[in-house]
Amino acid sequence: MIVDFHLNGEERTATVVGWESLLTVLRDNLALAGSKNACEQGECGSCSVILDGDNVCSCLIMIGDCEGSTITTVEGVGAGDLLDPVQQAILDEGGVQCGFCTPGFVVTAAHLFANDPQPDEATIREAFSGNICRCTGYGALLRAFAGLAEDES
Amino acid sequence: MTAPTTERVAGVIGESTVRPDGVAKLSGNFAYGSDLWIDGMLWGATLRSPYAHARLEKLDITPAVTMSGVRAVLTQDDVPGRARFGQVEQDQPVLCDGVARYWGEPVAVVAADDEETARAAVAAIIVEWEPLEPVTDPDAARAAGEEYRAMVIRRGDESAAGSVVIEAEYETAIQDQAPLGPEAGLAVPDGEGGLDLHVTSQWVHIDHTQIVACLGLEPDAVRCHPVGIGGAFGAREDISVHIHVAMLALRTGRPVRIVYDRTESFAGHVKRHPARMRYRHEADDDGRLVKVIVDMVMDGGAYAHTSHAVLANAAFFTVGPYNCDNVAVDASVVRTNNPPAGAMRGFGAVQVCFAYESQMDRLAEALGLHPLEIRRRNALLPGDPMATSGQVVEGSLPTIGVIDLLESMPLPDDVIPDDPSLLPGGTGLTTPRGSVVRGVGYALGLKNLAFSEGFDDYSEVRLVLTSAGLEIHTAAIEVGQGLVTICLQIARSILGIENIAWVPADTSTIGSAGSTSASRQTQMTGGAVHEAAVKLRDHIAERFGDDAALEEITVDGPIEQWVRYRHPPTEEPDELGQGNPHAGFVVASHRAVVDVDPELGLVRIVRVDTVQDVGKALNPQAIVGQLEGGIAQGAGFAIMEELILEDGVILNPNFTDYLIPTILDAPDVESRLIEEPAHWGPFGAKGIGESPTISSTPAIVAAIRAATGRPLNRVPVRPQDIVGV
Repeated sequence: MIVDFHLNGEERTATVVGWESLLTVLRDNLALAGSKNACEQGECGSCSVILDGDNVCSCLIMIGDCEGSTITTVEGVGAGDLLDPVQQAILDEGGVQCGFCTPGFVVTAAHLFANDPQPDEATIREAFSGNICRCTGYGALLRAFAGLAEDES
Repeated sequence: MTAPTTERVAGVIGESTVRPDGVAKLSGNFAYGSDLWIDGMLWGATLRSPYAHARLEKLDITPAVTMSGVRAVLTQDDVPGRARFGQVEQDQPVLCDGVARYWGEPVAVVAADDEETARAAVAAIIVEWEPLEPVTDPDAARAAGEEYRAMVIRRGDESAAGSVVIEAEYETAIQDQAPLGPEAGLAVPDGEGGLDLHVTSQWVHIDHTQIVACLGLEPDAVRCHPVGIGGAFGAREDISVHIHVAMLALRTGRPVRIVYDRTESFAGHVKRHPARMRYRHEADDDGRLVKVIVDMVMDGGAYAHTSHAVLANAAFFTVGPYNCDNVAVDASVVRTNNPPAGAMRGFGAVQVCFAYESQMDRLAEALGLHPLEIRRRNALLPGDPMATSGQVVEGSLPTIGVIDLLESMPLPDDVIPDDPSLLPGGTGLTTPRGSVVRGVGYALGLKNLAFSEGFDDYSEVRLVLTSAGLEIHTAAIEVGQGLVTICLQIARSILGIENIAWVPADTSTIGSAGSTSASRQTQMTGGAVHEAAVKLRDHIAERFGDDAALEEITVDGPIEQWVRYRHPPTEEPDELGQGNPHAGFVVASHRAVVDVDPELGLVRIVRVDTVQDVGKALNPQAIVGQLEGGIAQGAGFAIMEELILEDGVILNPNFTDYLIPTILDAPDVESRLIEEPAHWGPFGAKGIGESPTISSTPAIVAAIRAATGRPLNRVPVRPQDIVGV
């Protein structure tokens, strides 16, 4: 089947069987490898994308359900090396180590701050509760997001 | 050897320079092993044993071979060279040799045109097993003589006696490194019988040695290339996809990629050794240790991997950062049908730290001393002999410093929070605020730096100075910890050049950098960069003077400087464990504050404060990142992370059931750094990757004990241990 959707501001088409995950199609059909495949069962958030305004695990979305959808992946946050403020904040605070969880944190952060520019700490923790990081212990990430919220106020 | 720094450029040592790979990682453009792709490549998949111990009665690959799109199906009969691999003992078959010895052991591998076909072909292979009784009890394995290594340490007088005696038995469960990036490899045939292998690894040279032997190829026929790594923590020190993907590429003549899924990843890498430790501490009336007697068994699982070295660490650090003149240790690591164990952050020092710190707390309680006071009275300091090996501590070891500074850090107010999301169990549970009890606990930890016991430990680096700047060529693996960043800082500090490129080298272009493990790369590869940069600087100064421009220096072409850097030599201990097995030590302290619901057995770790012996803080932000991340893993081991086995089968090989701390679980952390320079390495820096993990776990358990009064002699602490059912 053919699926058409709006991806990172562009009209894209994928020729698929239909039961592939959105993550698989992004990575294998569209060569957008930024979304990661750490668990592929919706536990770790490394494949987070914004789908029609919701922050979702793309490994749990069937591509056949994406017809006409608007999708933002990590590649659509910022513009390549020109970082979005959420990306810059994570970089500056040392929130990147191995980086495998980072695309998921970037997407979740973009989604959070687009909807709530001044989240408090409890809101931040809740928003990222579906994103596992194995390297940082989350301290640098929390400082990055608290700093962003502070900058907005 | 330390050179004066040239503070002419930004990004020198002491600054919290951001990582050079950060932008690529933040924008989704960093290539990890699992992202590698060549058009026309084949996809590999692996058939695994569903039993921990079983005889392979029938293996018929015909249905898979005849499937459309399947290009190769290989079994142990197809291994071209040595049938077995292993870093120390070559005891693990490349593919099942007729008996499966652990759950998930690879039996056959397939290459096919796409992933679905590869997995369908694996499912089509006809395989019949005769289940055998698995050996799952390490004490039984030890009694049967199934030991990878047994160690005896005897120091001082075994008849010495103290006035206070504490005896207890401790147990640690199986922790998994659970790096987020799965095991992955891409093998590309070179058309001349060899291949290039791009593979997730912590040490490509040790992989290379094993791979060429099993492929039956000359060393220069295979080139192992570093790839982007999604975390490691010890999981990538041993072979996973390496030989399989290479065999498939050689057989088909086409590029082949294997990427494990999460369940395969749990099956496909070694674990932290579970341990049983029987301790007897004797102290005098002032709390000074008189004698420590320990008997321990660690479960090495089905194959040897690095069990020999893990056991040595457990045995030598069995007393911790304390003085004691009379010590007897009997330690074994045994062969069972449980998952193979090997390297994980802390490498044997973690298990014993839980035991010896629990013992120190019990001694303190028996004597009416504060937990930090008994540690202060026994503190191991420079010039003291190690309690186990007798090795005199050389270089810095601020054991008193980490105690005193920790004690000076303010505690949070003792008000249990109103916000239900900050109570044990969070908002989804029913803990009433009034029933929550708070506890505070302390722990110290000790770890060796780099490789020990006489191993020829080195790192090679080649610096190339061009008119554009400096290149650092090395096979050292960046796993996320920040090695690249600090090596660039070291080189900038010495040479005053801002533009420096890190060039990952394959096994054919440079010698080994050693493993990214054992808290060693900051000192080893950082030390190599330091030494090479000093030589290069001196060479330039001699030939061109102090103020020559790069264009002038490189007018006749690039200038190269190669070094092979070694740390001070170590020795194999004698048959009683005596001698000088270690190259240096690092010490740390942790203080944990926990809130516990004693009725439901739930714990919230409020905060963990730490003081760390860092030698010299080359990049303070990167250090804090290591400390906070290491503490999160220690917190996971304290209260949630455990692989559950039944007859050797892992019941929870996924992130739904193997629980890793989330942002809601991770404690707040305050870090303090003590800078007393190490006696070797760049600018006196020490490796600090492991120490935050080692003593955070016992500090948290001590805090839960303080809150509940429960014995808690096992980690992770489970709700039933707290409730007492």
